[in-house]
Formats: sequence, structure tokens, C-alpha cells
Amino acid sequence: MAKTALQFRHNGRDVAIFVDGGTNLLVALRELIGDMTPKFGCGQGGCGACSVLIDGELHLSCLTLAETVAGRSVETLDGIKDGPSLHPLQRAFADNFAAQCGYCTPGILMAAKALLDRNPQPSRAEVVEAISGNICRCTGYEPIINAVLAAASVGRARA
Amino acid sequence: MLELRKDIFADERDDNLKEIGKGTQRQDMLGHVTGTSTYFDDHKLQGMLHLKVVRSTHAHARLRRIDTSEAERAAGVRRIIRGSDVPRNLNTLLSLINFGKDDEPSLAVDKVRYKGEPIVAIVADSPREAYEAIAKVRIDYEPLSAVLDVEDALKPGAPVVNETYPKNAFIYHDIYDHQKLRFGDVERGLAAADHVLEQRYQMSPIEHAPTETNGSIAAPDTNGRYIVYTSTQALFFSLDTCAKILDVPSNTFHFIGGTVGGGFGGKVDTLTEPLSILGAMLTGRPVRYVFGREEEMQYGPPRGAERIYIKDGVMRDGRIVARKIRAYFDSGAYTRLSSYAAVKCAAHLPGPYTIPNVYGDVYCVFTNRTPATAMRGFGVTAMDFAIECQMDKLAHLVGMDPMEFRILNAYRDGDMKAHRREAKNCALIECVQVAAEKAKWPIREDFKRASSRKEGGGSRAAIPPTPRDSYAPVATPSQQRTTYDRAPAASREPPPPPPPPPPRPQAPSHGAARFSSVFGTRRR
Amino acid sequence: MAVTVRTFASTGEAAAALSSDRGARYFGGGTLVMRALNEGDISISTIVRASDHALTRIDATGSRVTIGAGVTFARILAECGLSFLHAAARSIGGPAVRNMGTVGGNLFAATPYGDFTVALLALDAMVSVQGGLGSRDVPIEEFLQTRERQTGTLVLAVSFQKPASADAFRYRKIARIKPKGGAVITLAAHLPVSSGRIVGARIALGSMAPTQIRARAAERALEGRTLDGATISAAAAAAIEGTSPADNALASGWYRREIVGVHLRRLLSGQE
Repeated sequence: MAKTALQFRHNGRDVAIFVDGGTNLLVALRELIGDMTPKFGCGQGGCGACSVLIDGELHLSCLTLAETVAGRSVETLDGIKDGPSLHPLQRAFADNFAAQCGYCTPGILMAAKALLDRNPQPSRAEVVEAISGNICRCTGYEPIINAVLAAASVGRARA
Repeated sequence: MLELRKDIFADERDDNLKEIGKGTQRQDMLGHVTGTSTYFDDHKLQGMLHLKVVRSTHAHARLRRIDTSEAERAAGVRRIIRGSDVPRNLNTLLSLINFGKDDEPSLAVDKVRYKGEPIVAIVADSPREAYEAIAKVRIDYEPLSAVLDVEDALKPGAPVVNETYPKNAFIYHDIYDHQKLRFGDVERGLAAADHVLEQRYQMSPIEHAPTETNGSIAAPDTNGRYIVYTSTQALFFSLDTCAKILDVPSNTFHFIGGTVGGGFGGKVDTLTEPLSILGAMLTGRPVRYVFGREEEMQYGPPRGAERIYIKDGVMRDGRIVARKIRAYFDSGAYTRLSSYAAVKCAAHLPGPYTIPNVYGDVYCVFTNRTPATAMRGFGVTAMDFAIECQMDKLAHLVGMDPMEFRILNAYRDGDMKAHRREAKNCALIECVQVAAEKAKWPIREDFKRASSRKEGGGSRAAIPPTPRDSYAPVATPSQQRTTYDRAPAASREPPPPPPPPPPRPQAPSHGAARFSSVFGTRRR
Repeated sequence: MAVTVRTFASTGEAAAALSSDRGARYFGGGTLVMRALNEGDISISTIVRASDHALTRIDATGSRVTIGAGVTFARILAECGLSFLHAAARSIGGPAVRNMGTVGGNLFAATPYGDFTVALLALDAMVSVQGGLGSRDVPIEEFLQTRERQTGTLVLAVSFQKPASADAFRYRKIARIKPKGGAVITLAAHLPVSSGRIVGARIALGSMAPTQIRARAAERALEGRTLDGATISAAAAAAIEGTSPADNALASGWYRREIVGVHLRRLLSGQE
């Protein structure tokens, strides 16, 4: 079976894999690289559980053709910690009870990071908009919104 | 944080507890926010195969012929599994506690009973190859007429959905085709009431829509055992179900789970584990069977639909004097857990209100719809919805404030419930008072002063004389139509005649009496 | 068999590959084709891509706007000259979908998707498709009517006249979930005004028929009139004409017929 060689940056590290034709980025990350942080929820672009950043931009890995990330930078939840220290968003999610079953959490954290990276002081409406592509069936969103705002205020305090 | 109203619940809790009443971090939170919590699908196993099922395209059909010869030759196919390969291809979930008869195959053999029922499983090297093989399976269906409505299903001559229950109703204790509650004389109560209001309520099935779909990975372990990573909400329940279906001792399996990507009741049915384990047994390789999103939404079991008729008698002063309920729980094609839902539904009647005459019949009905299952208070939520809608309508009918109307009729400590248990620790009155206060909803002073601890018991503690049912089929009085009622007249059918009186309820012989919430037999 | 991925530098080669293979689909943002593959659609055996930069070009400098088929909704939102289309672009998916989904792909998105196409239909867009001997322009209405047969067609761009004023173009999507949700119905209206009267009104509806359609009876009710209460009422009353909405999980066809006039009235009267 013909496979395609693929190199890209994964959480700051160069990786090289061989993918079957039509493989999506979610499968490539999980099954070929072993990064289990992006999750499969729908395969349709409806839930956001597989969200990753490609060159800093929020994308759905389940709908991304793996070979289109050749030479680009892919960031997942596995890459947002700073050594042993949690990212402010991770800390805020834990402190604000923003995860229950935890399955949507990796995707929502990446959506939130995409927001804070370009807009460090978002309004509540902007947070709602930023996570609008992510479905959480447990929390009812309020603790998540509060957590993102809390992380932003931590960033503000540091700045 | 929860607010404990000390003015109402002064003696409910010791304030010196170390943990209760204080916030504490979840032990899995760190894993969740770092993405390291391990769900069933987060396992990468060497040589893993992928299982997909061929699903029925008909709601009800005989299977004349299943031809898998072309699929067997398709690229990447390792094994085709048919019903005859399943060691015990008939099960019902609650058989583990001796409740109900085996009625559901893992893979349909002679007949399909709902659209989407699994018929053939294909184990292949990749999901794509499994999908390609599915397209090569030829199934010759003989379509049968389907019944999709609970009341139609109980009519004489209705298509038989599930031959295990030929009358299309679950049979309790081998005799009863419904759950029954009788307390006082409801007909006399209705006759004496100032107003009678009869309404029909219909709830739709509801999909749990967990973000993680149902699935499992089974892999051969050493010593002839199998490791099973699963999304199940009920690990040992699923383990024992698999042991039964695959006809092996339960210590054959090492189930690993507990981290579930949302369940809400939709992950107790052990839908994928028997086939993924069987696939691993037949191929000697790890096998993964995961629902796609469409499968999850379309064929994953929902909260069952319910149809509920409530007929209430109410006095001008707002007291409810009679409540008569007939309810149909739509189990879909198989029992799963709906038999238990109907028990809970009956146990919930007549809602949290002291009513001297209560009458309830609750049926668990089979139709050619997707089998229903557990979901957050199943059996109770729909009935509560119906009862509380009815309460609003009754309040309107007698010209009372709906909050005050509930306070007037609420259980108080010492009242006798329709199930012949004394009401204790009641708090509905206080809940309504607090809700009114928070909503700035004005209620009158005497209703603000009402208490669950006052004015209960006494004459309200009595068990009223309760006539035995007469079993001659009675003509139902023509139903009262009201402005609320938008039900089509055609759907108003008289209830089926009740079954003949049994000599005595038979004690279950299976020693399962401790499951009183299911059997209601603890007080034999 | 795994899927074959074929990437071409030129749109001509990509179009030839598409038209010669019934199992081939053009892969734009992935929100339609990868979704189908993930759900087990084995009718797709080849993915065709083109790296031609023309596909991602936006020309909004003059009075006629051209948008390459591969332009994403996020790019539209970043383009000041296309502010009249921002409401339509923002109504699609969440941020990730807008970073991926393309204008060209939206032309193929079946109900309840395809909201942006409703806006394009109201703007009387031309769809530029790659033919054997270069590109040709197809009116969007004709394109949509034959969409079933267009799976092997490579769309290059869409183009249309800018609306004369900000007020002349209006868009409204009705969804149950905000800010993101599939459409119950989608409405767009282009209302050019000449000496106080509407000339050349175009009203487009989504989720009111198997494809996006024009509400021609409502357009006739507006034509040559001033946009007053009586005219708006007449157009709202006519909105339902020629529609055939289906039932789906978001709403019944009955409900869609009930509300289409209500929302057209709100759209025309500038109500929120």
C-alpha cells in the first residue's frame, strides 16, 4: 500500500511519519505519533474535541488531511505545559471546575488558547464566541467561560 | 457552592464535618486538564483490527438470506461474524439480576426488529476496508409491517415485535403486563370532584449525545484471558454480560474503564464489548469497535419516549381529590432497562402530592423503534414533566396561583403516600417557598407560613378503602377535551382490558428479592 | 483500499483528474469531504487538490468582487472590503470551521448547511468553473439547480457586484443554538434602491427547499415599490410561495413555512 512521507513540527519537535492516503490529522496524531490528547467526538466538525492549532490557527484535526500539515507547526494540549508547570488556562480550568468527564477539555483548552494568544483580554462574549465550536455535554459551559476569563485575568496580572 | 438554608433545615447537618459542605478538587482533574486521563480509545495496540457492523435498513423484516461470500473475499477482511458465531446469541441486560427474559440477539439471525439492528460484524485491517466489505454484504429482507406507536402495539392483531413478549408488553413476575397502583377509589373521587381534567402528554426519545461515542477495544492477554478497554458506565455489569453472551467464566476478562467521556445512561447497554471480544477471540488480535457519530445518534439507545394520560379531579378550593394515570413507556424493540423504568414510573405516582384517590397503570411496550435505555432519572422525568404541566393547568382551572396550588397539595410529614408508606423528611413546600422568593413571585402570607412539618398526618395518614379492580372490560368514558388538548382524536383509544386477577403475586424464585427497587417485593 | 490523494499545481489538471474519475472529489477545507470519509463514504476513492494561488485570492477593490473558491470564512471576516458579507461568514460554524471551510465548498453543502451560498444567491453571483478549455461562468441559480451533477466540477471562484450601499444587503440566519448552530432557515436580501424605489430585488432562502432558492413572489411584491409597511407585509405574505422545506432534526417543514414570512418581515424592516 502506498504511503506518503510527512514531516511537521509537533509541539515544537520535528516528527516524521508515513500516512495512508486520506488519513486525517487526528488519526495521524493519535495512532502514528501517539499523542492522545486530541479526541474523536464526531468526525464531522460538530464537536471540537479534536481541535488543535496549526501555525497558531485553530483547526479541527479530524477534518484536516494529514499531509496538508507538511512543514507546518501543529500544537496540541500535550504541548501547552511549560515543563512541569501547568499553563494558566490549565490551572484556571482545574480551579474553576471547568472539566467534568474531561473528554471535551483538550479541544476547549486549545480553542481558548487560540483566543488568548491573539486577544489576551477578551470579553465574556468573545470567550463564548471562541469556544462556540466546542461541545461540552457535562458542565453547561459556565465554569468553562469563567475559567477562560480567570486565565486571562491571571495573564493581565502578570503583564 | 450549595447553600444550606439553616432556617429550614436546622437539624439536617452537623456543621463540624471535615469534607461535606466544603469544596474539594476532583482526583481526575489534573489528568483532564493535561489531556492525560486515559479513555478506552487512548490505547495503541500492535496489530489492532477494526470492527464495523452491517445494520438493518428496515424497522421490521424477516431475514431470508445473508450472503457474505463477496465480503469475505474483500481486501483486508480478517473475519466475518454472524449470529451463529455468538455462543449465547440471546440476552437481556437485567438477566444478571434475574429480571426479564432473554430477548435480544447480539447479531440478528431470523428477523430484525428495528432500523439499524446489527446483523453481521466485519473485522478488517482498517476502518475503510471494513466499510468497503459492508457494502459487499447482501441481505435479502422480507419486510414486515412495523408498529411504531405504543398504543397501536397493544391493540389486538398488532404486529408482534419481539416473540419473547408476544403481546408487545413486558411481563412482570410472569403474569402482569403492566405496573399497577391502586389507592382509594379513584372513580368515586372523580365523580365527587368539582372539576375533572384529562390530558395527554407525549415525550420524544432523547439521545444522550456523549462527546465520546460508545466503544471498546478487546485484546488477547496471556493465560487465555482478554483485556477489554471500554467506555462502559457499568464495568462489572458489562463484564458479566459479556461472560454470559460469550459463555465463559467472568474471570476470562480483565475490564479496564472508569474514565468515560460522558455517559448520562447511554453507556450501560454493553453494545460493543461482546463483539469486540468475540472478534479478538476469533482472530487472536486486538479488535476495536467504536461507534461513529451517526451510529451513536441514530442507533445508540435513547431515553425512551413516553405517552401519559392524566385524569385529575380537583375541588374548587384547590385540593386534588383523585388522580388517574395511564402511561406507556416505549421500550423500542428490546427490553434493555425499560422494564425497570416502568417500575420507577409507577413508583413515582402521583408525584409529591397527597391525593386520597390514586390509580395508575404503567406499561412497558415493545415497538419497532430503537431500543431505549437508562438516562438520568428515566421513568421519572417524563412523568414529572406531565404531572407538573398538569399541576399548572389544574391551578389555572380553579383560579389559583400555581405555586400556592402546589403548596396546598404537597406531601407533609406523616401523610400516607399512595404506595402505603409514610411521607417523611418532606421539603416540597419549602422548595416552592424558596423558589418563589428567588423568583420574586408573590405568594400569600399563609402559604409563606406553610410547613412540611405542620398539618400532616391525622386523617391524611389513613389508607383509604380501596376497591379491587373489576375485570369485566369497562367502556372508557369519552374523554373530556379541553382547550389545552391538541391530541388528535384518533389516537384516543380505550385502555386494553386488565388481565384476569392472579390468585396471589408469586414470589420470585430466583432469590433476587433484595433488589427491591426493581421488584418491589421486599415487603412480602 | 486507501484513498488516493492527487495534488496538482494547475486547476486545469485538477479539473481533468476530477472529471475522469467518478470516485474523485475536490478537497477544499475538508469540512465536507473528510467528514464523508470519516463516516465511511466509500464512494470517494480519490481526493484531488490544487495548489494554484488563484484559488485563495480575493479581489474586492473594484465594484465587482471576485473571491477564490478556496478562500476561508475567516479570510472573509478579515477583509474590510467585504464587511457586507461578515454576518454571513460569521454565522458559519465555530472559529475552527471558519478557519477551514471555504466559499467554494459552501456551494456544495447540503441543508442545513450552505448559509454563505444563500448570501451569494441574493447577490446574483456568477460561479466560475474550470472547463476543458479554461474557465466559464455559470449563474449561481443554474449552478445550484444542477448541483447534484456537479460533484466532478472544479469551482474556481465566485464573483458579484458589490451592493450599492450597506443597507442594500441584508442577511439573517435562524438557529436554535447561538452563536453556533445549524440553520432552521437562512435569509438574504439584496434591495437596490433607485429614486426611492426598489429595482432588481433578490431574496434568497436556505433550508426552504432541497437547495437554496429565490423567493420570487416576495421579490415581485417588492419590485418598483418603496420599502414601506404595506410592501413589507406583501413580501412577507408571499415568502412561502414556491418553497418545499423538509423536516429535519432542527425543525419541521411545517415550522419553517410558519416562520419564513415572520423573519422576512424582520429582515426587511431592519428589526433585530
